[in-house]
Amino acid sequence: MNSTVSTPLALIAELTHRCPLHCVYCSNPLELNARSNELSTDAWRNVFTQAAELGVLQADFTGGEPLARPDLVELVSAARGAGLYVNLITSGLPLDESRLEKLVAAGLDHFQLSFQGARPEIASEISGTTTHAQKLRVLEWLRGHRVAVTLNFVIHRRNMDQLPEMLAIAETSCATRVEFANVQYYGWAFANRENLLPTREQLNSSLGILKQAQERLRGKMRIEYVVPDYYAKFPKACMGGWGRKLMLVVPSGDVLPCHAARVIPGLTFENVQNRSLRQIWESSAAFQKFRGQEWMQEPCRSCDRREVDFGGCRCQALLLVNDAAATDPVCSLSPNRNKVDAVLTRVADIPVTATAADVKPAWIYRSNPT
Amino acid sequence: MTPDLNSRPRLAPGCRLNDAKQQPRVLLMPEKALRLMGPSLEIVERCDGQHTVRQIITELQRIYDKADPQKVETDILGYLSLLNDQRALDFVDADASVGGSVA
Repeated sequence: MNSTVSTPLALIAELTHRCPLHCVYCSNPLELNARSNELSTDAWRNVFTQAAELGVLQADFTGGEPLARPDLVELVSAARGAGLYVNLITSGLPLDESRLEKLVAAGLDHFQLSFQGARPEIASEISGTTTHAQKLRVLEWLRGHRVAVTLNFVIHRRNMDQLPEMLAIAETSCATRVEFANVQYYGWAFANRENLLPTREQLNSSLGILKQAQERLRGKMRIEYVVPDYYAKFPKACMGGWGRKLMLVVPSGDVLPCHAARVIPGLTFENVQNRSLRQIWESSAAFQKFRGQEWMQEPCRSCDRREVDFGGCRCQALLLVNDAAATDPVCSLSPNRNKVDAVLTRVADIPVTATAADVKPAWIYRSNPT
Repeated sequence: MTPDLNSRPRLAPGCRLNDAKQQPRVLLMPEKALRLMGPSLEIVERCDGQHTVRQIITELQRIYDKADPQKVETDILGYLSLLNDQRALDFVDADASVGGSVA
């Protein structure tokens, strides 16, 4: 084995791209896999077994909406049986009490329920469908089950003022963990960026609220906050570094180093149906491409932080400066930081009271594959 | 928070040790995996809702009899408190007569 290759810790399993929601910030690619291209139950079973043998500890079931897979209970059971810790990242639709019971009985460890806001109106606006009441029902059903519960609030300009209400939903629920994750600007979110980016004032106020809540709820609930990296001084260590900790299997079985890697021109992805997961992880061209430091340009190449953030996000570099090997332009040391600042200046001029309909372009909703 | 000596720590829902056959041993929990070895494994294995904090301390003082018993106690209380902050532990059945408070 190549000595620079570490063991992957988690496998992100995008079970399907189908989803009843049409969120304007969906992290899925603009080109979605059709149902007819999805891996079979047995093919996934094989992926989980191989992942566990490779040293993977956790499987993150996501999508699209994983509940759209009729075989989800079998998949949970297969992953758990292979020795993996099973996370389900879901909108809670379509779900009823009896299916929830079966999922838990099959070995589900952690239920992550996403929220589009604290109120039904914003949830409908963002997801293009009616979801909020169902999520609150699912939250009540979860009380009766021995499973970890995380609430995942995706936050942005249009719902940031609802933070205290979101906290109230979390506090009265059985969740032991709540994530407030700012939208990240890839995929559909990139298309809707001007309507989603918060202002600096909104961001500062949210930091104050959450810091207070963390103190108050210590020992009761873990509160995690993901800030929008456009406002950061240094980039995030995207995926914990390219090909270092995580791998993602998309519905068709292609294996990617991150959710958005498909935007990078010239990368080809191998499929679990043609090659073993170990071979793909250790030696496929896509995983090798940005491993280590050889690919880095200045200022990353000689930077003290190159082992801290690994140059930031390759997809963001591609999207903003059209060079996937460039320093992530959100970095204050990047020669391209002015491109990010220009976006921030533009959104600072849009009043926070403006709705998406007031701003051009208005929402572009995620489509749904057949 | 200092754990009540009479309470019985138990791994929270969705937090569990990996299989004893798997190496290294880790405590699996939402978005995290803590590598356990030596005393940390001995402690977590006893967070079963049966052992009281006091029993865990006594048993580890016996296993690590070359270490300063007071230090063993302090380390265990610190570790349990850390796990509680990460929401990996609940304290159940604290004796009501000594307050039973977990907060």
